[in-house]
Parts: sequence; C-alpha cells; structure tokens
Amino acid sequence: MEAATVAIIIASSTPLVFAALGETLTEKSGVVNLSLDGSMLLSAMTGFASAYLSGSVEIGLCVAMFTSATVASVVAFAGIKLRLNQIAVGLVLTYFATKASALFGGDFVRKPGPSIQKMSIPGLEEIPFVGEAVFQQNPLVYLSIVLGFVLFVFMFKTRRGLDLHAIGDRPEAAFSRGINVNLQRYVYTILGGALVGLGGAAFSLDAKMGWSDGHIANYGWIALAIVIFGGWHPLRAMFGCYLFGLIQVSALELQPVLPDLAQVLPIAPFPLMIVALVFINLRVVHSVTDRLGSIGSLIRGRAPSGLGESFWPD
Amino acid sequence: MSLQLRSITKTFGPIVANDSLSLTIESGEIHGLLGENGAGKSTLAKVLSGFVSPDSGTVELDDEQLKLSSPSAAVSSGIGILHQEPLVFLDFSAVDNMLVGSPRDGNHTKDLAEEHLLKICEQFNFSIDPLIPVQKLSVGERQQLEIARLLWLGARVLILDEPTTAISGSQRENLFQTIRSLAEAGMSVIFVSHKLEEIQEICSRVTVLRQGRIMGTKHLPCPTSDLIDLMFDRELEPQGRKSSDSLGSICLELCGQKVTTHFESGKVDMTFRTGEIVGLAGLEGAGQRDLLRSIAGLDDTVTEGVFFRSRDIGDDSYIHRMQYGFHYLPADRGREGLVDGLTITEHVALASPQRSIATDWKLSREESKKIIDKFSIKGTPESVPASLSGGNQQRLLLGLIPDNPTVLLMEHPTRGLDIESAAWVWKYLMSLTEEGTTILFSSSDFDELMTYCDRIFVFFEGAIIQELASVEATTERLGSLLGGVK
Amino acid sequence: MFVRNDLLFLGLGILVPVCASMLVFLFVDAPPLRATELFFEGAFGSSQRMGDTLMIWVPLLLASSALIITFSAGMWNIGIEGQIIAGAVAASFVAREFEASTPVVLTAMIVAGLIGGMIWGGLAGLLRVRGGVNEIFGGLGLNFVATGLVVYLIMGPWSRRGIASTGGTEPFRPQAWFPTLDGLRVSPLSVLLAIGVLILVLWFLSRTSYGLRLRATGKNPLAASRFGIRTDAYLLLSFLLAGGVAGLAGVTQAAAVYHRLVPSISGGYGFLAILIVLLAGFRGQWILPIALFFAAVSMASFQWQLQLGLHSSLGGVIQGILVLSVLLLSGYRAISYMRKPISEEGDA
Repeated sequence: MEAATVAIIIASSTPLVFAALGETLTEKSGVVNLSLDGSMLLSAMTGFASAYLSGSVEIGLCVAMFTSATVASVVAFAGIKLRLNQIAVGLVLTYFATKASALFGGDFVRKPGPSIQKMSIPGLEEIPFVGEAVFQQNPLVYLSIVLGFVLFVFMFKTRRGLDLHAIGDRPEAAFSRGINVNLQRYVYTILGGALVGLGGAAFSLDAKMGWSDGHIANYGWIALAIVIFGGWHPLRAMFGCYLFGLIQVSALELQPVLPDLAQVLPIAPFPLMIVALVFINLRVVHSVTDRLGSIGSLIRGRAPSGLGESFWPD
Repeated sequence: MSLQLRSITKTFGPIVANDSLSLTIESGEIHGLLGENGAGKSTLAKVLSGFVSPDSGTVELDDEQLKLSSPSAAVSSGIGILHQEPLVFLDFSAVDNMLVGSPRDGNHTKDLAEEHLLKICEQFNFSIDPLIPVQKLSVGERQQLEIARLLWLGARVLILDEPTTAISGSQRENLFQTIRSLAEAGMSVIFVSHKLEEIQEICSRVTVLRQGRIMGTKHLPCPTSDLIDLMFDRELEPQGRKSSDSLGSICLELCGQKVTTHFESGKVDMTFRTGEIVGLAGLEGAGQRDLLRSIAGLDDTVTEGVFFRSRDIGDDSYIHRMQYGFHYLPADRGREGLVDGLTITEHVALASPQRSIATDWKLSREESKKIIDKFSIKGTPESVPASLSGGNQQRLLLGLIPDNPTVLLMEHPTRGLDIESAAWVWKYLMSLTEEGTTILFSSSDFDELMTYCDRIFVFFEGAIIQELASVEATTERLGSLLGGVK
Repeated sequence: MFVRNDLLFLGLGILVPVCASMLVFLFVDAPPLRATELFFEGAFGSSQRMGDTLMIWVPLLLASSALIITFSAGMWNIGIEGQIIAGAVAASFVAREFEASTPVVLTAMIVAGLIGGMIWGGLAGLLRVRGGVNEIFGGLGLNFVATGLVVYLIMGPWSRRGIASTGGTEPFRPQAWFPTLDGLRVSPLSVLLAIGVLILVLWFLSRTSYGLRLRATGKNPLAASRFGIRTDAYLLLSFLLAGGVAGLAGVTQAAAVYHRLVPSISGGYGFLAILIVLLAGFRGQWILPIALFFAAVSMASFQWQLQLGLHSSLGGVIQGILVLSVLLLSGYRAISYMRKPISEEGDA
C-alpha cells in the first residue's frame, strides 16, 4: 500500500476517531449515549455554520463541541437524574438532532467555508513512508492520534482513570469507596459528548468539507459499533476506525473492478463493519476466544458491567 | 480505645431492625454478633460502616462522636467493613483495588500500596501477587486483600459480616489467624455470624440479637445451650405431625446426586414418599436451595439419578418436569415468582394450560375470582403483584399451582408473612398432602420445621450433616446443627 | 392527590411541547399563528390533503404495530427500517414476475411482503437469541444490508431499461397497484389494511395466550420461564411477527404510494414509529391518534415549506421535541412519586 493511501485512510477516519473515543469515555463510566448519529450531524452543522459566519475554524470547533456536549448532558440528566431508559432517550435525541441539523443548517448547504489547513511537522515529515502517511496532515489529525494515547494513559495509568473504571463496572462498590459516582458520570458523559462534537466538526471542516443535509448520516452508528468492536479500549477503538477507513478506501478502489456493484460499494463498509462486530460477539466465537486466554481477551472486550443502568445510593 | 454504641435505632417501614442498641467494644477484643437471619445484626453492621444511617443513636470511638454519613466517612473515622462478598473490582489488579477511593496524597501512591500489601502478606502469611487480577483470586484471598486495604487506610475497628459463608475450611483457619493477630495488635474486631461454632472458636465476648433487640452479652467460652436460649424462642416443644406409616409409596428418589454449591459438594441418597412433608433446614446458602432447584430441573449441573415414581427423569427439563406435576416456588416472589405489570387474571391465564389461541378471559377472570376468594387474597382480578403484600403474593402463588401437584418444592414458604397468613398457608399445604402431594421446603424457621415436617434434613456448608425424624427435632438440637455442631 | 398530579402532568405534557414548538417557529422567523393555521390547512384542509395525510398514516400505523410487538417482548427493534425494505423488495419481486388479475397479484404481494419482512425480522431475532448479538446492532447491520440490496437491485438487475438511475425501478403494471378513489392518492385498501393489522396485533397481544406469554417474557423473563414459558422462542416469535407487519408497510409503500421500488422506500417511517410508540407509552390504543398527528405534522411540513419557505425537517423537529419533553416529564413524574415515603419491607 502506498503512503498516500495510508494518509487518506488516516485523514478520512479522523472524525470517527474523535467520536469513538468520546463514546468510549462515556460508556466506560456506565452511561450509553446512543444519540451519536444525530449529535454528530448537529455539531457538524453548528461547527460549520459558526466557522462560516465567523471565519474562524477554532470558533467552529468550539461551537461544535458545545453543541454535542449539550445533547450529551440531556442524556446524562435523563438517564442519571430522571432514571429514564438511556436507549429511549438516545434514540429520540438521534431523531431530533438529525432533523434539527437539517432545519437550522438550511442556509449553509453547499456553501464554501473555511477548513482546517494542513500543517506538516518539520523533521518528521521527512521520514520515508511514515512521514508522508502520518506527518503531512492537519492539526486535527495529530490531535486525534494524541488524544487516543492520552486517553489510553488516562484510563489505564492514572488514579482518575481507575475511578472511571470503578464507576462503570461496580458503581455500588465505587460509592462505598467514597467516589461520587453520579457526578463523575455527568462529567464523562458531557466530556465524551464534546469529543463527539469535535468528530462532527472534523467532518464538516475537514474530511467532508462543508455541510449538506444528512451527509454524514450513519457515521454515528458506526462510531457506536466501533466502541463495542474496540472493547471499550481507546487504542483498539482507534484501530477500529482505521479499519473502517481501510474498508472504505478499498471499496472505492474496487469500483472500477466491479462496475455492477459501483453504487453499492460506497455503502458496503457500513454493513461490513457491523458484520465484523456481530462476528466477534457471536456466542460461538466467544467460546473460541475464551479458550485463547489473554489473546482471546484482546480480541474481545468486556462491557462495563454497570453500562446503561442508573445508580442511586440508598 | 473502645467503640461505644449508644441507643442505635433503625426502622424499615413497620419493621424495627435495630431497637435502641447500646454496646461497648473494647480495644483488642473480638466481639461476636450472633443471631438468626433477620435478627438485625447486618443492619447494625451497615450502620457502623456508614451504609445505612440510623434513625437515632450515636457511635463514639475513644470518646469522640463519629459522623458515619457514608461508607468512606466511616473508613476515614477508622471503621472498616469486610462484606460477605467483598466489594472489590474484578477486572483490576490487587494493588489497583487498594488504590480506588484512597486519599490522593503522598502517603497513598501505587508504590506505597504495593509495599504495604507485600508487608501485610508477609505479616499474615497471605500470598497475593500485587499485580494479579482480582478475578483470579479466591473469595478468601479477596477478603485478605480487603483487610490489607482497610489497614492501609488506617482502620482501627474491623467489622466482618458473615465472613466464612463463601470460603473453604483452610481459608477460614487463615482468616481466623489473621483476626487474632489483629486483635493482639490492639484492633477492635466485630465478628457477625450465625454460626455458633465459629463464635465460640474466635470471639472473646458475644452479643446475641433477636428481633432487633439485644438479648444478652456473654463471655466466651460458655455453654452453647446458653447461646441457643438467647437466640431462639424455646416455647415450642417438638410435635411430630404423624407417623410415617400413614405415608404412601415412594414418589421421588435421588441417588448419587450431588448437591453443589459454589464451594463444596456432597453425595445424596434420599427417598421421598407420597404425601410426605420434608423440611430442609440450614442457614442461607448451605445448599438447600441448590437441592430444590436441581429437583425442579432448573440447575442443569445436577441431573443424574433423579427418579420419579421409578422413572428416570434426570435428563428432563424444568418444563418437562412441570408436566409430571412438579412445581417450584422461589423465595424471591416479586422477582422470580410473579410477573409485575400483569394482573391476577393474567397470571391465572398464564398458569393455566389453555390450548386455544384466543384465551377465554371470562373464564380466567372467574377462575381468578375463585382463587381470590379461596385464598383470601386482598385484591381484585385486576390487581398487579406490586400492589399485594408479601403474604398475599404467596397466597397468589399457591393459588396458581395447577391442580394435583405431585412434588411441591418451596423456598421459605412463610417468610415475610404475618402469623395468620403463615398458619393459613400451612393449613392449605397440609390439605395438599392429604391428596398425595409430596412437599419439600427450605426454611430456617424452627417452629415451622418442627410443627409440620415428617422429616428434616439439616444442611451445613453445602452438605447434609443430619437427617432427623420430626420427633427427634428440638430447638436446641436444630440450633446447634444449624451452627455446624453435631 | 394522584389525580391532581396526573392532570398537572397532562397539562405540562401538552403545554411544554406547544411552547417549545412556538419558540422553534419564532427562531426560524415563521409567524407561529400562521404556521398553526397552515398545520390544519396542510393536513386536513381539503379531501386531497386529508387523503395524503392518511397515506403517511398507513406506514406509520403498520410500523408502530410492528414495534409494539417487539416492545412487548422487551426488545429494541431498530431493524424495522430493514424489515420495511425487505417487505417492499419481496412485494416488488412479485409485482415484476407475476402476471394475473389485481386481487390475485395484490394478495400475492401482501403474502410476499409478509414473508420478506419476517425473514429480515427473524434474522435479527436469531442473531439475538442464538448469537447473543444485541438486537440494536444486529438490526442496524441488517438495515444497512437491506439498503445495499435495494440500491443494487435498482441499479442492477431491476434497473429501468436504458438508464440505471437511483430514481427507482420501472413502475409496476397497473394490476399491482392498490386501487384508489377518484381524486385521491391514498388507497382505502391500505388504510383498511393498516387499521385491521393494528387491531389484530392489539388483539393478539392482549387477548391470546401467545400474546400473554410474549408480554410476560418482556416484563420479567425470569419469572416467565418459571411459568414454563420458553422465553427464547417468544423473543424470536416477536421478531418474526414484527418483521412480517413491518413488511406490510413495505408492501403499501411500494404498491400504494410509489408503484415501484425506490431506494428510500421506507421513508424513515420505521424510525419515526419508534417515537410514536414511545410517546404512546407502549399502550396500543394511543397509537391511532398519535400516528395520525405525526402524519399530519409531516404533511404540514410540506405546507410550511411551500408557504413559508421553511425547511421540510421542521415537522421532524417538532415531533422530536414533543416526544422528548413528554419522556422527560414522565421521568420527572416517576421520581417525584418515588420520593414520597413508601413502606419498605427490609430483610434486616
């Protein structure tokens, strides 16, 4: 594979990386934010619109993060405080945010707007292959990669990360150790939502420059699937995103080879990704991975035990 | 140093779990809290460890009043609790487990945690690798890890809530050794248990609770019968139900069947006769539940050697056994017995073997009215389980049993029922046996066991340790058998 | 006390979404009164418009009927869109391959759509019951596959002669069209079908022993299995039935609305029906009016677009606000009841 292709895969997967990392953070704390498909669309729209109006990409990114964080806070409030079913709330918000993005984004459809500029990294860009593949990208791409590693360190090497696992896995035990379970769940849900918003903006300000109705529909669902595929592990989630990017690029490359399927190939990666997810989740496959010991547990992650359940101390 | 409890009172609705309890526990003392299930000892342990706030009363440590508003507040006041099933994080390493919730200061770093754990391991002869995932530790080792953690956080009072329920014999020895060394080092230990033998073995004093009240405090060792006197009402004398001659033919046979619990197994060779009532006595988790569930066909780990009227039904499923007239009534009526959100009429329809596609709701409603009348259920055909009291739920469950059950398997038939309901339930059950039903039930209520059983099997730690004819059963005998004293 | 609180929440449940909708109108520079007027005009203003509203009502009713089955079994049937598509594909196959008189063709299409939807629903059910795959993601994947299948068929084997376009297949022969009345686009047959199916589904769930066991499985699988119910079988049954009913929505979309197979044949009605059922609180009798209201909102959207130049998704935003606010209010009501002291039976 050529370095240029790798560069395209990395660049085109970047929005998904943000979204998958954000949702991983949220779900790790025990909350499911199922609204991703809608909140990414909405934040892509607000991000683009505000960047278009202000001329500043930075403002666009901030507004996008704020948008998605707001949607996430509704999920958190409804799930934690009102003890509503998080799936129900997530689905309704998906619908609402999707429609709202179309309604309020009407004025910005197919307008040329600002986008994030490339920024090669001096020195590193000279490295053969890797330089062209990784270090001639824009700052958002670097940020996504750094973020993956930062989250990995945070989750697995810090005390706060330990608390995060604790509240998602066994909230009653975390509470007995003096951790404010629900407060932290709010924080991680909103923080995760902000990252999802960054993912939305990364679409409209970079990967799929501009805004049109529903132009990134279904990517949110893929991000949700990748969180499971990645076993709630930030680096594996990143890997899942790049795998999806690879499938997408391959599908496009196949178009001239399979002209009969030319129209189907662009949408083929979506079912394929779900098929991969379904496959690793099949009970039959479980019984194999279980026998593989530590390698098996690398292939298959375990959901936080308290996922989707609200917790209230007596 | 001493821990002083002054008139602790805690009520749950109409139930007084702790009725103005006052108690002093000296430093270096291992103090037992003894009582049967529901006597109030767990509630007291929860109050002391900050999980439950009392309605009134105070706790003082070294003449200083403590604010036990939360579990972590209790720990920082110096009171730590070790739960029956330790509240640890299975995915974490041992040392990470110590870190969760510890203060974020220079004294509580990962390196220091590891150092402390290794030191404790050496001191008490534990072998816990600091980096091992807790999942791979046995329950006994998880307890050791929790003890190490609580010591690290500066616990001066350690509460152990039924600590030996889920651990093996050798682990228990190790735990007791540890507790003794801790007490020698000046720690106050509160040992909550319903096992007489253990209390005798480890405690220097014991306080006996019954129905939320303190019945007395004794220095140990003392005669076991004194403790049993305090624990149980002794008004009832044995009254065997009827002689075994009047019973019918052999109905159910178990041979070579294992009663498995999560830690021990034993061989079983039992026969049950038509119309017989057999009680399975034992403390919670001693194996009675496993036996009932495996006879019902719910526990597929135990299948071999079950004969119903000389027919091998070992491979038959729960649904299949229902067709033979087996019926199982679980202890958790709300969660496992009844479907909340469905009305009584719907439950009746669910339980009746209607074959047609369209349910005859008129018939079901008539039927449910009959059941409501016959079983004196306080409700209407449209009532849902959540609106029924425990007694009425049990009456409904009895009413839903199809006609002429052959084998009735019940967990705690009268738990949570008022006296009138309980008597009513037994009158009904006795009438079933007249028609040839064999009843097996688990219970920890001595009155019930002695009054209604033809035979009693006593379970202890996963095995049957004694079979008693009802005439042989006395409160004292059952009490000591339940505590593992033969 | 209870009654007063219920009335309060009912009032809030109407007031909050209405106020929120007015705010949305103001936000997009539309006069709220004129917009409200246009809502009634657009949805019910003429017999033709009323007919068009009913035309949207039909798939919403069918999809809601399908969802209430899976919801009763405690399942999130996100795969409903794919099931609608599968039904439409199967019906289109019959319409293309089968030449006979109208009643015969239509019957065959309905049966085919039923089977197509059942296959798609059954797949999601099998993945859940046998594979242990969460029904949300299994269904989602099957939606993608169904979308891919339709696009493939339209662009490939079933493409229009000469030009392959995403506009859809060649129109069906007139024998494969649901009959309409003069001047109306809606087919009374499809309306009758939808209402009949809803009644049948509600009858099945509430009056039959199978429906009872299915509901018991959804409410408490553990206790249900103690009653001797094979809960796995009933989960699968719920997906099969829901798939079949959703497939009928595909049939009406293909045979009564578009008269051919188009890529967006499901029209997003499956997803919208999830909101309808949530708003109805899983109570079947509310589905009829709520689905009608949602259909009217969708119709009004066209008028808002034509008359006020507003985006067609305005209706969707209002539907979303309505369901969201009712959901939040119901959660608030539930916890405010919970805070009242209740007698607790503790095993101390």
